[in-house]
Amino acid sequence: MARYLLLRLGDAIPTLFLVLTLVFIAMRILPGDPALAALGDGALPEQLADFRERMGLNVPLWQQYFNFLGGVLTLDFGRSLLTNTPVLQLIGQNLPYTIELTLAAMLMGIVAGIPLGVMAATNRNKAPDGGMRIFSLIGYAIPDFFLGAILLITFALNLGWFPINGAGSDFVSRLHHLFLPALTLAFVKAAFLGRLTRTSLLEVLGKDYVRTARAKGAKENRVIYKHGLRNAMLPISTGLGLSLLSTLSGSVAVELVFNRPGIGRLLIDAIAQRDYAVIQGGVLVFAGFVVLINLLMDLVYVVVDPRVRVK
Amino acid sequence: MSVIAEETPRVPPAEPGFFTKARKILLGRPETAFATGMIVVFIFIAIFAPVLAPYDPLAQSVIKINRLPSQENWLGTDQFGRDVLSRLIYGSRNSLLFGFISPVLAALFGTMLGVIAGYFGGIVDRLISRVIDLLLAFPELLLAILIAAVLGGGFWNIIAVITVAFIPGFARVARAQTLSVKQEPYVEAAIATGVRTPVIIVRHIIPNIMAPIVALMTLWVASAIRIEASLSFLGIGTRPPNPSWGNIIRDGLNSLFGSPWPIIGAGIAITLVVLSFNLVGDAIRDALDPSTAR
Repeated sequence: MARYLLLRLGDAIPTLFLVLTLVFIAMRILPGDPALAALGDGALPEQLADFRERMGLNVPLWQQYFNFLGGVLTLDFGRSLLTNTPVLQLIGQNLPYTIELTLAAMLMGIVAGIPLGVMAATNRNKAPDGGMRIFSLIGYAIPDFFLGAILLITFALNLGWFPINGAGSDFVSRLHHLFLPALTLAFVKAAFLGRLTRTSLLEVLGKDYVRTARAKGAKENRVIYKHGLRNAMLPISTGLGLSLLSTLSGSVAVELVFNRPGIGRLLIDAIAQRDYAVIQGGVLVFAGFVVLINLLMDLVYVVVDPRVRVK
Repeated sequence: MSVIAEETPRVPPAEPGFFTKARKILLGRPETAFATGMIVVFIFIAIFAPVLAPYDPLAQSVIKINRLPSQENWLGTDQFGRDVLSRLIYGSRNSLLFGFISPVLAALFGTMLGVIAGYFGGIVDRLISRVIDLLLAFPELLLAILIAAVLGGGFWNIIAVITVAFIPGFARVARAQTLSVKQEPYVEAAIATGVRTPVIIVRHIIPNIMAPIVALMTLWVASAIRIEASLSFLGIGTRPPNPSWGNIIRDGLNSLFGSPWPIIGAGIAITLVVLSFNLVGDAIRDALDPSTAR
């Protein structure tokens, strides 16, 4: 067990390096001159020179690479070109909002999705199953920013039940602000997890040991939850990881719809203002999350399925 | 993507002609037939946009701002007085164009990378596989947002962004397929008789790995349309004033107290098109290659 964890952690380090290298390449090489990209075509030569000086772009590329790595390792992401605020501070201010939104959406999605999936699987080819199918077809197709906009217009703007923008200050008002954005993301999660639970559970319920459990007279509830759902958890836990990742990418658009602070908003605003340092910081935060969540997924497998521990 | 994986359609008996097969796949089930019909309608709308649109999608009018639907403007007007229906009709061109072009390009490059990695093995394979594995860890939308953050919006950049976001998926499938096809006796025979490597790849490997690639391509049309809409909504996709369903919703949200019809119209359009391509994509996937069901 401990060896497996160490191996996984050891594997994450080269991955992290590769991510950092790709981000570096993308930021420095792809768009041509970053100074020109940030300041626009109308920039004066002195402004460009000043920008390169400030961003450390006037040293050789390999040195920039090591400066970049060093900066990331010491959590020094530079300063915003517009406000001169340290990027780390901006990230720190916005990160809690994105995390609370993602977690709330995941929680709501799980609470709604898994029971829906169980209901569909245990009522196969009956009305609940059909309903689940239609729900998942729509959930897979509807863009989250459209759903969010409809919820915003209906429940915040017209009915006035929820605030229109912001994230609130005290605990109750934060929950109040959180509900609609989280619901938006949770809808899609619930469709995905419900579908996945249904498929996995149906597969397990066809197994021999389930027939044995039924034959020995176990109660139907016990068969479904103890024998069925427990064994269906492995594919579902994979699904939870994927779902966490897609919630994170969905949060970008949802933060924009509900005018909430967050890393997604930070990144999108930075793109609009060509704030080079903040863009790089935002990209790094998301990339870091992806590596972290994948690592966590590997760890969850070990807990859910002891067979994974070998190797 | 495998929304409807389990009702796998029956394997067709014998070998019917291409059109018989295509008809069976596309019109076999009522829902797939509905989806095929929707797609045909949307393609028709996109092609004949100039004829069908009642107004110029870019024409602004100060006296007709934020109008609700009327006889004159069926879906009302936006905050610049532009006709919403006309913008939606022209917006379909963007969605379908990106929806078709990006998966095809990604299939091309991804297959190339995957075949090279799978066929040659060794250090080349390890290098390519490592990067592919890493990129596969990112959801396509997030990867697209991050690349677009660096590249910026505009037509060619969107194509590049979505293509790059899809390449790892194709490369993985192509690599796995190549590994298994490489073991087949006919490939070994070709190697033994001294057929040159490029010929083996083009004539023996690629034709035999096409089915899952094509299946994946059709499934990702829907994703490409979604991603383009998301990017345009975020302001890093199709540049205004050019209409795209994503930026129509963005404009609608910017004038929240105006008419909700741009948002409703564009949102329903995206949902319908994505839903239809999902259904058709699943049907084609089931028919061509049940084993790639994800």
